[in-house]
This record gives sequence, structure tokens and C-alpha cells, in this order.
Amino acid sequence: MAKKLPKVDVVIVGVGWAGGIIAAELTKQGLNCVGLERGKERKTEDYFMVHDELRYALRYEMMQDLSKETITFRGNEKIRALPMRQYGSFLLGDGLGGAGVHWNGQTYRFLPYDFEIRSKTIERYGEKKIPKDMTIQDWGITYDELEPYFDKFEKMAGISGEENPLGGKRSNPYPTPPMKTTPVLEKFKKAATNLKLHPYNRPSANLSEAYTNPDGVSRAACQYCAYCERFGCEYGAKADPVVTVLPVAKKTGKFEIRTHSNVRRVLKTGNKATGVLYVDTTTGEEIEQPADIVVLTSYVFNNVRLLLQSGIGRPYDPKTGTGVIGKNYAYQVQKGSATGFFEKEEFNTFAGAGSLGMVIDDYNGDNFDHSKLNFIHGGSIAISQTGLRPISNNKVPKGTPSWGKEFKENSIKYANRTLSVGGQGSSMPFKHHYLDLDPTYKDEFGDPLIRITYDFEEQDRQLAKYLNERCVEIMKEMGADQIDSMNELGPYDITTYQSTHNTGGVIMGADPNTSAVNNYMQMWDAENVFVIGATAFAHNGGYNPTGTVGALSYRAAEGILSYKQKGGILA
Amino acid sequence: MPENTKQQDKNESLTRRRFLKSSGIALGGLAVGGALGSLIPFKEKTSVENVKSDKKTENYNLALMYFTQEQFRMVEAATERIFPADDNGPGAKELGVAYFIDHQLSGDWGFNSREYMQPPFFKGEKVQGYQGRIRRREIFDIGLRELQNYSLTKYKKNFIDLSDEEQDDVLTDFAEDKVNLTTISASGFFTMLRSGTLEGAYSDPLYSGNRNMEGWKMRNYPGSQMAYTDVIDKKFTVIPPVSLKDHLGH
Repeated sequence: MAKKLPKVDVVIVGVGWAGGIIAAELTKQGLNCVGLERGKERKTEDYFMVHDELRYALRYEMMQDLSKETITFRGNEKIRALPMRQYGSFLLGDGLGGAGVHWNGQTYRFLPYDFEIRSKTIERYGEKKIPKDMTIQDWGITYDELEPYFDKFEKMAGISGEENPLGGKRSNPYPTPPMKTTPVLEKFKKAATNLKLHPYNRPSANLSEAYTNPDGVSRAACQYCAYCERFGCEYGAKADPVVTVLPVAKKTGKFEIRTHSNVRRVLKTGNKATGVLYVDTTTGEEIEQPADIVVLTSYVFNNVRLLLQSGIGRPYDPKTGTGVIGKNYAYQVQKGSATGFFEKEEFNTFAGAGSLGMVIDDYNGDNFDHSKLNFIHGGSIAISQTGLRPISNNKVPKGTPSWGKEFKENSIKYANRTLSVGGQGSSMPFKHHYLDLDPTYKDEFGDPLIRITYDFEEQDRQLAKYLNERCVEIMKEMGADQIDSMNELGPYDITTYQSTHNTGGVIMGADPNTSAVNNYMQMWDAENVFVIGATAFAHNGGYNPTGTVGALSYRAAEGILSYKQKGGILA
Repeated sequence: MPENTKQQDKNESLTRRRFLKSSGIALGGLAVGGALGSLIPFKEKTSVENVKSDKKTENYNLALMYFTQEQFRMVEAATERIFPADDNGPGAKELGVAYFIDHQLSGDWGFNSREYMQPPFFKGEKVQGYQGRIRRREIFDIGLRELQNYSLTKYKKNFIDLSDEEQDDVLTDFAEDKVNLTTISASGFFTMLRSGTLEGAYSDPLYSGNRNMEGWKMRNYPGSQMAYTDVIDKKFTVIPPVSLKDHLGH
């Protein structure tokens, strides 16, 4: 029999970006919130020894312990799904701040096209442009409606940037100026400008200068130390929940964080949740936390898994395309890129910051004509200077063996002579790409793992090829002596890192038949359950998702406050 | 040695001063805590003791936690072929790569302890990743035994007694799966050996490889610097490396 605690206004499951924003916004308005985080406490002081590539980047110090819980994967329904036993394609966050601690800080706003993708595609190209099984749909909100929430997120985090000439309209400039335009970025900028493209400095959560946000939180400037992605920031210069929203929530005295608290079920009576059941992983004790409102803010996979395990919402059925929980899982097409080797020049590529980069959106969204192309959408193309750490970066020109004398010579020769231009391709949902519960494999409590059924489609192959060609054009203009690039996308492979930009499964929309949550992230089928995160994305855009997750979180916070007062379905 | 240490101390405090300036902390007077607070005063306490001590420090880490001596020698020889000494600088052997791999196998990595190792085990598609039940330390035991067997069969000699060319030939047969093994994948073992070599050559010297930061020096990698604000927008700059040890101030 689980121990039952006193009821609170709101219980938040997972304390990362979404959970932290919800906690800050609700506690400011006087609501009592409890945040349940399955991982450990984190603080800036933890990162005194953070410049350790082996420990953090290759042994995954900050990531979820896969021995306790992982996911299973298969390319299609005919194959037996097998567990992801080791890390590869994406990295699952763990601990206070979640993946919001070990991110790079690349903070975009999805394009206006993204939010109305189906309508706008049909409007310009006709319905036939959309392949039969491609299940794109409008998000139930427009860019203009979401704009104030983007603005709020950017001000809270202190995003450093300059206006994207091909992006959505902004109500305000970025709160801090762009990061430095280094010689590497300058090279890309010049080449892109020569090609009549529209380069801009990548919007960055690594602060370009010291900043105090509207909540009064002050942070130091980024030192370009080159240890961002997979690492925590020892300066607190990179915006993460632990140095921004969580202190604000705690200061109200209304927020209690319980770490080592792993939620197994959302409890319910009829169509309403009554609280959650979790395990204190330090004692093994089962605890019930009753609440008026339940907010799921864990990573994509656990948001979906918790709903399926708890019997909340209608599970998606890929045969009929009905049901919504687990629907429209999408990922990203990261392989359209070009690597240039420079004989006469070396660069300070050992230095950098997670979000230091120069970007073009000329081939993103519907910023270019797709009439004669066999795909829709596109991707951002960028040069990134995140810091090339030596174990993971040993690029050698094609034709060099992967080990031995020649490998050593070339890997050392080109250590500081290699630049890469990469496309971040969008990912469209398909009827047969989804998440459900695995019938065989279990987590440490005996609960089923989440199962991914996903592979690249013709859309992705065409898109990757197109982005690849554009990257090569830019790299040529940059003057590389040799350019290596991908020939073929190949099947989706879970063993090589691509991006931790998994999306969908609890998607938002205007129609309860085809979406799981409304545009306040409120569940159509359980009005006091809010599910926030990239789970709400009806497809994945050509950008990193966090900026859009942040905006949706602020939108949801407003919805929760309004629900607390009035009740009922909000949209 | 003391001379060096002094020089290093000087460099360090310069970096720190520069950092304080560039971060806007000293100037803006912002109250920023975190790791910063603990970083700044650390140095002064310990540097004095360092200068006093002129005793030669032994490296007591150069011993084995897992491998037998025979296994250790084979790993030294094999990794040296993967990353040989040349005009650029030392190879895997001199960098201490075999010690690195030995020490790694004795911990989490060797036991796959943070990976999902629950049954049932099925052979999967390549894109589904490793699906074996055998852990890394066992893979090394089997892989090294098979490397020896294969050398004895093909050349009638122990692996470590083969010429460089013969060792390359044996390793190539493993890398290209020309060796038929029943329990493990020959190429899988080779890939592990190769990635272990790069990790041992370039990880912080704390882990027993990259001895004296020679791996980093070869490629002008500055190691664990606190800040690059001074060089980030400049042309290529060679910066002498520092390691995590330097951050502790001894």
C-alpha cells in the first residue's frame, strides 16, 4: 500500500525546461507545486571538473542510466523491436534540469510555415503534394499567436542573436547581442553572401554578455570554453533550468523539488487525474502524491509511456490511423552535410560554444519553391563552432584508412584544418511511425519500455540529398581543398549520434479526433492533465526544438492558471 | 620542475585574471556563484606547498587492474599499430594507451554497468546496435585470445613477436571480419580496440593515457582551458595544454 501525501495544487513530472518554466510561472501566482524528478540534484558547482571529454561526452556522465530504463526500436512493424542497449542516435537526459542542462543552447523559433504546414502546403502546391501516408497536420496555433511566448522564453534565457531575415516576425529584438563572429563563421558568412543567401548569427543560450533577466536572475558571459553539448556549464553562462527558472520557483516558497522520485503512473478517477504514483528510488518506497492538476514534463518517451501505462487518452492504432497517444513520432534528418579540408589554413576550432554558429534558412520550411522537388519542408544549414574535442573529432579525407600510420598522420594534420557545414533537416510524420509499449522488454520496476517504430522515408532521402548538395556548394565557395560528403542517407540507424530532437506522441491540434492536446497543452480526454514538451510537435521542423518547447511551456502555464480558476476545456 | 611549476602558476593566474575581466564579473560586480566561486581562490592555497616540495613524484598508476601481463603486452602492440609512433610524436604504447584500456575495463565501462543488459537476447539488424550478452571485459578476453590463436595459425608466432607488417595483416583480418569467431564479432572487437586507442591517446591524462599530454601536444589541442575569449575571434593560435590536474592547483 502506497504512502499517501497531502494534496497539492499541481504535481509536475520531470523537472527540465518545461517543468521548470511551469513551476516558476505557477508558483509566482501562488499555486503550490511539487516537482518530481527521477534523477539527482544538480548545481553549477558540480562542473568544476567538467572539461573531461571521456567522462561526459563518451561515458555519458549526465545521461539516463540505460541499465534501469531504455527504449526499444525497430525500423518497421515486421521486425522485432530490440532494446537500445548502448547510447547512439540520441541522448536521454537525467537529473535536475534534464536535457536542458547538457544541451548546446541553439534556440530557434519554428517558422510560421511549421504551425500551419498542411494548410500552407495545400495552398501552394495542392493536396497531391502530400504523400498518402504522410500525416502532417496544422498545430492548432499560429506563429503570431505563439510569438509573445517565444519572446518570453528568449528574455528569460537571455538569448543572444540577431534577426533571422527569413524567419517569422518579431515583436522585440533578442535580449542580448549575437555571439562573436569568428574567422570560421566569417568564412561561411562571406560564402553564403556571395551565393545570395541570407546568413545570420545563430540564436544562442550561451550568453554573449552578462545579463540580468526579468526575474532578476544574473548570469555571466560565455567563455567559449568549448564544452557545452553533453556537459553542464561551470559558469552558468549557458541558460539551463537550474540557473534560471528553478531558483525563481524556489524563492516563492511554493515549490518543492523531490529528486530520486520516479513516477510510474498517473492516477485517475473517470476522466480526471487524481495525482501520481511514484517510487522514492533511494528507499524503494511507493508514494502517492494527490494533486488538482497533473503536468507531464518529462522527455518525449516518458510523457508518452506514462499516458499509455496509466490508460489516459486513446492509444494510437497505426492500422486505422485512429487514436492519438503515440501518434506522429518524428525525428530529424541530420546527414545532409559537407566536410571541407583546408591545406593552407588552420582554425581555432578547439575553441567554441554550443550555439556559436552562422545559419541560413533559404532552404528551410517553405522559403524556397518545392514545385519540382520530391519532398516538402527543408532544413536550416549552418556552420557550427562548438569546439572540436580530440577523441571524437578525427576527420580524415576520403581514402585515408581508419587506423595505422596514414590515419594518424592525416588525423593530426587535419585536426585544426577541417570545417563542416551541416543541414538540420525537418522530419515529417508518417502513419506507420509511432510510439507504443514494448511487449517484451521491461524497466527496473517491471514496467514495459517504450517502443519506437521508425525509419527514413523517400521524403527524407530526397531532403538529405538536396541539403547535402547545398552544403557542398557553400563549402566550395568557402574554398575547401577537398570536400567529403554523404552519398546516400541509408536506413535510420540507432547506433550513430544524430540529434536528441525526438518529437511527437502527444501532439497538439484543434481537433480532438486527430490530436491529444489543445493549444494550451491540455489533454482533450482528461482536462486536468497537461502534457508539455516536444511531444506536442505534430511534426519536427528544421531547427533545434528547445525554443519552441519553451514557448509552448509559457503558453501552457497561462492555460493552467486559467484552468485553475475556471476549469473546463480551454480551447 | 619547480621552475616549470612557477611558470605554469603564472600562466594560470593570468588566465584567471583575464577570465574575470572578460566574463564581466569583476567589472559588472554581479553576484555569480557556481563553480566560479570555488575556482578563483583555489590556486593561492596550494601553490606554496608545491614549490617547497622537490621530491620526485612516482606514477603509481602504472600497474594493472585487469589484464594479465600477456594480454597487456598484446594490447600495447596492437594499439601501437593502430596509432604508431611517427615524426608527429609518440604512439599508443608511449602514450600509455594499454594502461588506459586496462583501467577502463576494471570499471563501469568494462562491466557495461550503465547499459541495458537484460534478456531476452536476440540477433538484430545492424541498425539496432549491439545485442550481445557478453560484456566488454569478456570481449577483450576472447578477442585477445583469438588474436593470439590467429597469429599462431597464420604465422606460427605469438602476436607480439610478429613483424609490424604481419601484425597489421592480422589486425586487418579482424577489422574486415575475415576471421570467423563464434562468440564475438571480430570487427566489433577491433572497433572497440580502435576507439579505446583514440580515447587513451586523447583523454585527460587523469585516466593514465595521453601521457604528459603528448597526445594533445601533437595536434596542438590546448586541453582543459578555462576560457578562449582571447583567441576565439583570432587566427589559429597555439596554446600550451593544461589538464584537469592543473585546475586543482598542484
